[in-house]
Amino acid sequence: MRFERREDVSLTALLVAPFAAVAAALLLCAGLIAMAGVSPWVAYAEMLKGAFGSRLAITETFTRASPLILTGLAAAVAFRARLWNIGGEGQFYMGALAAAALGHATVTALPLPLAWAVLAGAGMAAGALLLLVPAILRLRFGVDEVVTTLLLNFVVLLFVGLMVEGVLKDPMAFGWPQSVPVAAGLRLPDLVPRSRLHVGIVLAVVVVLVVWLVQSRTVFGAETRAAGLNPRAAAFAGVPLTATLVKVAALSGGLAGLAGVIEVLGPVGYVTTTMSPGFGYAGIVVAMLAALHPLGVVAASVFVATIFVGADAMSRATGVPSFIADVIMSVALLAMLAALLFTTYRVRR
Amino acid sequence: MMEALEILTNASLWAAVLRIATPLIFGVLGALVCERAGVLNLGIEGIMTLGAMVGWLTVYWGADLWTGLAVAVLAGMMMGWLHAMLTVPLGLSQHVSGLGITLFASALAYYLYRLWVQVGDLPPTIEPFQPWAVPGLSAIPFLGEAVFTQMPPTYLAMLLVVLLAWALNHTPVGLALRMTGENPHAVEAQGLNPNRIRIWAVMAGSGLMALGGAFLTTGAFNSFFPTMVQGRGWICIALVVFASWRPGKALLGAILFALFDAFQLRLQTVVEGVPYQLFLMAPYLLSILALILVARRARVPEALMQPYRRGER
Amino acid sequence: MTDPLPVLELDGITKRFGALTANDDVSLSLQKGEVLALLGENGAGKTTLMNILFGHYAADAGEVRVAGKPLPAGTPRAAIAAGVGMVHQHFTLAGNLTVLENIVIGAQPLWSTSLNRDAAAARIRDLSATFGLPVDPDARVGDLSVGERQRVEILKALYRDARILILDEPTAVLARPEAEQLFRILRGMAQGGLSIIFISHKLHEVMGASDRVVVLRGGKVVAERRTAETNPAELAELMVGRAVARPKRQAHEAGPPVVVARGLSVSHGGGMALDHVDFDVREGEILGIVGVSGNGQAMLGRVLSGLARPVGGTITFQGRDIGRLTPRQAVRMGIGRIPEDRHAEGVVGDLAVWENAVLERLDEVSRWGFVRRAAAKERAAALIRRFDIRGAGPETRTRLLSGGNMQKLILGRNLAAGPRFLLANQPTRGLDEGAIAAVHSELLQARAEGAAILLISEDLDEAVGLSDRLQAIVKGRLSEPIPAEEADARKLGLMMAGVWAAPQGVSHAV
Repeated sequence: MRFERREDVSLTALLVAPFAAVAAALLLCAGLIAMAGVSPWVAYAEMLKGAFGSRLAITETFTRASPLILTGLAAAVAFRARLWNIGGEGQFYMGALAAAALGHATVTALPLPLAWAVLAGAGMAAGALLLLVPAILRLRFGVDEVVTTLLLNFVVLLFVGLMVEGVLKDPMAFGWPQSVPVAAGLRLPDLVPRSRLHVGIVLAVVVVLVVWLVQSRTVFGAETRAAGLNPRAAAFAGVPLTATLVKVAALSGGLAGLAGVIEVLGPVGYVTTTMSPGFGYAGIVVAMLAALHPLGVVAASVFVATIFVGADAMSRATGVPSFIADVIMSVALLAMLAALLFTTYRVRR
Repeated sequence: MMEALEILTNASLWAAVLRIATPLIFGVLGALVCERAGVLNLGIEGIMTLGAMVGWLTVYWGADLWTGLAVAVLAGMMMGWLHAMLTVPLGLSQHVSGLGITLFASALAYYLYRLWVQVGDLPPTIEPFQPWAVPGLSAIPFLGEAVFTQMPPTYLAMLLVVLLAWALNHTPVGLALRMTGENPHAVEAQGLNPNRIRIWAVMAGSGLMALGGAFLTTGAFNSFFPTMVQGRGWICIALVVFASWRPGKALLGAILFALFDAFQLRLQTVVEGVPYQLFLMAPYLLSILALILVARRARVPEALMQPYRRGER
Repeated sequence: MTDPLPVLELDGITKRFGALTANDDVSLSLQKGEVLALLGENGAGKTTLMNILFGHYAADAGEVRVAGKPLPAGTPRAAIAAGVGMVHQHFTLAGNLTVLENIVIGAQPLWSTSLNRDAAAARIRDLSATFGLPVDPDARVGDLSVGERQRVEILKALYRDARILILDEPTAVLARPEAEQLFRILRGMAQGGLSIIFISHKLHEVMGASDRVVVLRGGKVVAERRTAETNPAELAELMVGRAVARPKRQAHEAGPPVVVARGLSVSHGGGMALDHVDFDVREGEILGIVGVSGNGQAMLGRVLSGLARPVGGTITFQGRDIGRLTPRQAVRMGIGRIPEDRHAEGVVGDLAVWENAVLERLDEVSRWGFVRRAAAKERAAALIRRFDIRGAGPETRTRLLSGGNMQKLILGRNLAAGPRFLLANQPTRGLDEGAIAAVHSELLQARAEGAAILLISEDLDEAVGLSDRLQAIVKGRLSEPIPAEEADARKLGLMMAGVWAAPQGVSHAV
């Protein structure tokens, strides 16, 4: 068996790949569900119902998708430039912490849009700084950023614990380790009344469009693409590789940090060490399912949110452990990886 | 200062060091075998988690401890096979595939654990490995307590270090493994199949990783709970670089790391006023620091992360 | 036919890669003790054929027979077992391992418990002595010279008892004396009963070293001659298939110096990649730098491309210091750069032709940080027309272009701006004769328009044909320039071996 590079990647193949991957994942996980003594049909139907079966379910799904869009975009932007940012989880928390730290004091004195801008900026800066450390370690010392970003996730989570049990501790929380809530006036307005769905999702989609525009139409986008595809040729042509990588790192970390900000200002209102059900790691799955394309990130986020929200409901209804959502997601990631191969290669003999 | 010295000269600390180092030794040797053949295996964190669950579950269901370890190894090898299939013949991104394996293996471990085990307020427990005093040697003052009164898997880990170091340098299969990580074209030109070598190496390495995970639930602790691996896999990946891909140095790295860990645990109990999170952060920061110190000097296997496709250069 | 049974026969070998037929019904045979030359241009299918013989590829049709027995397809192991050894053009060695380790791998069953290093070392020393291939078994391969590495490659084959030795472009990396020595060794082996096939596109080697020549063109065998019964002119025509005349350089006066280097030094990995080199490139002149690969050419190219910084000396362009330029500044100043390796440095294969056409000059086709795509594509279309880049539109993925058209794209994006200085680093490496002629005529055209051109080439015919003056590069040092008219094979050979008359640093005391 050998692989032969296709002359061109067909758009159809790229569009089909994620659906094929998801179908494969659902098929493979059906066996695991059956092991729980539940019919996969029933389970998947329950999942769909749990994610889209009611107004509340739908708003929950999109609420869950909002930060995923941003962490997914963060991973996609970085992976395109071959910066292996696996630290989305930590950057998310840094953004969340920044919003919580500033969101109850001085900022409340500012007019609302400006206050939001300050919080978003602070959160993005916090996320960006966290990724700049591994990026610079790679550039200066040749340290692989995969390991450093992963390790920093653990450091950040402990740091969050330190904060919410220390200087940011909410004295009214009956001893629960959570931060002081952000000022009520700063919370993002609801998009749908009497739900947790807030305008954060609109913001996330706008950010996606802006990133798409930047990637496809600007000099920075063209240079990033060249640097990601062939760094040597890009450097020869005059693309400043170091500066490009630093900018990409700032953007990627900033996006993940922004996800933390909207999660705090939106549905949660404060920071805890368990506020993220793995948004950062799921962002990697989102980015891959989207084939690293910004627009695909939106669709992939909704899919991943569907699985998680649906699995919770399904678990309550049938007793199948809700961890099945993580299994489906990871199998979809692996299947997508294989599917992508067939969009660029064909198999001969 | 005096307290620190007191802690360091205590034989029980050193006994704990070897115990803490054991899963790291297995993990770092596993990662080393994979990487020496040219494949980065970021599945390690998940494979250790799965190994921990499967090993524990086997014992919980009535098998003896060694069978538990064996079953864990098999589970790890299956995950290794999956990673190898994706990254070796298909040549897919080792980074993404490895992360996918980590997500998959840990999700699978949690799912099956929840499915098969009734968890009350506390996770159910098993009877773990007990320290075994080496006859004669354990009577040596200090060393006897520090080194020769360990759980059997710890001795196994030490033995494996020696075995692997010897095999890499003095056997044809070790040479083939190293050559595959350096230049798979050279291996192919000499009539061997580099991809087959890589697949077996990744499976063997993954088996070792799972063994490290299984020691957590059958030796270090006696139950399984989610997130128990706590980044040990990632630390192993850092330790391989720190060790310059050499088994002996890997052992040294794991022991240094465990020493630090055991030391900080004891220090926590004597030093007051410092939040415990700062102590817990230290191992991760230490790993990053180790990477910074050696990264420039490390002699990376030249073909690490380069897929080999026949007829392509 | 009174020949005994051939030791090797290839019978009707056909191999296709997608739409390309690399080998089309190729048959040839090899006798015991014979030296066969496989002659052909780049892309004629020589390497593919040998890779099939050695089992790297499986043929789509046809059969390989060794001593009359069919060889299983697609397994080097079977080829080695049958006594076939191959010396690859790009050595298949692991630089971090020792000579011994590189040689013995695969020779023993995998699960033996020992490498038997002592016995292996003795055998290697023995083979070294017998065949005149001295090398230290315990040396690290990465520390060896190119010539020594080639010896290791040959020893690998001999260690496995090869009776048939295939060498793919064995002299591509060797200086003339080393190459001559290699052929003496091969001749000795053939007299000892080994059969040898060597691949080459150099006529003098083929004439000097072979018993018989098989000429490949476009994947087919077009001719077979006894070496004694042919001549270089006939072989050249058979190889190229048509008379392609490379354009001739017209004499004309060079202007004042444009780029001047004095005592230029660049360090690399602890040593000096360039060691106090001096050169002038004048307006309307091509200065050729000749030498065996790996003597500092790459670093010279990197300095002039803005990718490396000198540690000593000066380099100026129109009187301004250019030692610390970035690639972007160099492009803006009017310095054109053709990189050594098209695929690795010249283009980003997965970007469109238009993107590669403007990648060096994105600032010229953008406003407010946004790329004006229409303008950029129009530029690319103009390049395609003017430089006759075939098989491409602005939207084509660049990696789909042939080597020659890719090179024309790179040339075009440099020449369109009318550079005052052009660095042409191995501008025709790996191209066929037609493309070479096109590149040469573009370079000569730029020269006629007054550009100063620094040509770095390992192809002596090219360097002598295009250059007004020549300098040799040896171990990071440059010889004094000589006019192209004075360059004959003997003189160039001496220069490239590092023997030059005038000591460094005398002539520019003007």
